[in-house]
Amino acid sequence: MTYWTKAALLMAGLALSACNDRGGFGSDNGYDDASAPGIEDGSASDPSSAAYFQQNVGDRVLFAIDQSTLSEEGRLAVLSQANWLMANPAFTAVIEGHADEQGTREYNLALGARRANAVQELLVSQGVAANRISTVSFGKERPIQVCSEESCYTQNRRAVTVLASGLTG
Amino acid sequence: MTRLFASLLIALLSIGQVAQAQTGPLRIEITEGVIEPLPYAVPSFVAESPGSNQVSQDISRLVAEDLNGTGLFREIPASAHISTITLFGSPVQFADWKAINAQALITGGVTVSGNNLEVKFRVFDVFAGTELGSGLRYRGTVDGWRRMAHKVADEVYSRITGESGYFDSRVVFVSETGPKNDRKKRLAIMDYDGANLQYLTGSDDIVLAPRFSPGGDKLLYTSYETGFPQVYELNVASVRRKQLSSDGSTMSFAPRYSPDGKSVVMSVTEGGNTDLFKMDIGSGKRTRLTSTPSIETAPSFSPDGSQIVFESDRSGTPQLYVMGANGGDATRISFGQGRYGTPVWSPRGDLIAFTKQNKGRFHIGVMRTDGSDERLLTASFLDEGPTWAPNGRVIMFTRETRGADGVSALYSVDVSGRNLKRVRLNGGGSDPSWSPLQQ
Repeated sequence: MTYWTKAALLMAGLALSACNDRGGFGSDNGYDDASAPGIEDGSASDPSSAAYFQQNVGDRVLFAIDQSTLSEEGRLAVLSQANWLMANPAFTAVIEGHADEQGTREYNLALGARRANAVQELLVSQGVAANRISTVSFGKERPIQVCSEESCYTQNRRAVTVLASGLTG
Repeated sequence: MTRLFASLLIALLSIGQVAQAQTGPLRIEITEGVIEPLPYAVPSFVAESPGSNQVSQDISRLVAEDLNGTGLFREIPASAHISTITLFGSPVQFADWKAINAQALITGGVTVSGNNLEVKFRVFDVFAGTELGSGLRYRGTVDGWRRMAHKVADEVYSRITGESGYFDSRVVFVSETGPKNDRKKRLAIMDYDGANLQYLTGSDDIVLAPRFSPGGDKLLYTSYETGFPQVYELNVASVRRKQLSSDGSTMSFAPRYSPDGKSVVMSVTEGGNTDLFKMDIGSGKRTRLTSTPSIETAPSFSPDGSQIVFESDRSGTPQLYVMGANGGDATRISFGQGRYGTPVWSPRGDLIAFTKQNKGRFHIGVMRTDGSDERLLTASFLDEGPTWAPNGRVIMFTRETRGADGVSALYSVDVSGRNLKRVRLNGGGSDPSWSPLQQ
């Protein structure tokens, strides 16, 4: 079993989960996936839940074409994430960096890593312990929007902060 | 055919070979870019034992498919033949083949005994009235008949073009199924023509960009099975794999073998920054090759092992650079408009194939190793990841179509820009790597 599925199961067991990242990837929307039978949905009204983080704090930031610098909006979003993580020390996080499909596979992997790192650096600079945050890039392998237009690309150029229980970290 | 294509042809093509072949030895000069494919005949190989009828027909058909598929040869159909070949040893009636303008004639004989298969063949220069080279015999097994046919075709190709062939070769690639936002990827291997497909991994984890070892017996590839991209080596025969990079949550990707197969050059990402490293496979010792805040990726060795071409955005956009095999100063070689990536050194050493992105289109192109004489061979919404046929004359690559229903497919194109075609494949495919000729 992979780290990912272990993390997902643990979260489900703690009834914290609003996690719909079946494949281990950043979830596609801010809403609960109620399709899994026997798993209680986490409550977004519990401010210490992953669901709350995802829906109320915001788990992702978007980037301009070919850029890995955080926009002002992105910077504020990461600052909110930092506050939440400081208040909820039981969680670790993996920052997943992604790119749109324009660009080669290799370059996009490296670009996604830059984006994830930009989020990680800001979180750590705000006092989140570095060993709670890891990064990974999926390049252009996991778009959440599938059209080949800028309206989709802009959603795909993202870094998603995916929470896991600290127990697995 | 695109305008780009047409203008390339005009720039590249010079002479046909028809007149030449009638006055000199039978020969296609591939480097000149052939306008008129060479007409030839391959009558069904003679079945020389009971039960070898079907396989002798299959073999001669596959020889023809290989040759026709190059775009350099045009088969004269059996319906136009005047002579028939009923005995492999009979004298050739050159006048009958001249009359239908077959410049080359391929005859063969096939014997089956149990599971043993023997194929012999001859190639004739019809207008000179002589044999080209001498008769050759291959022995193998009946279930390996496709390889035998490819070997015959390689030899014919080689005798007529003066270049080594590429038909008895394999391609490893990433087989793709499922929608764009949940694509399942698994390593697969097949003959160069799409036959004998075999899967090498499951589809649980993302796998990327397999690369053949110089001997064709091993592969490097990138897998997410730990949750982070890491480089693995896989033995093709045993399908056993081992992880080469083992740095926990550090990313490693874009691996390629050195020409001696003893080391691997790859990208490693630390603190968000991607640089190139070389790893000795035996000892696991890793050496840093680049040290810049920019992205360095997609490294590829020159065939003599002395240089590495790679992609870097140190100038602000991705461009191609060449450096020594141990790192150090790098020279930029791409200067055209647009962004360049995934450079691959030709096995002949003379050219570098690359992916180019310009004005919203992608191209596969080639340039000399100093960056001169850039030529774009293809254009589409998304073409990327070239790999060279073992003789350096054909390039295979990934083409992905646009939109929500976009799918990946493998295509090949002659280095002259001619003969663009889709590789026969069930389902989607990406990231091809072409093996050396099999032994």
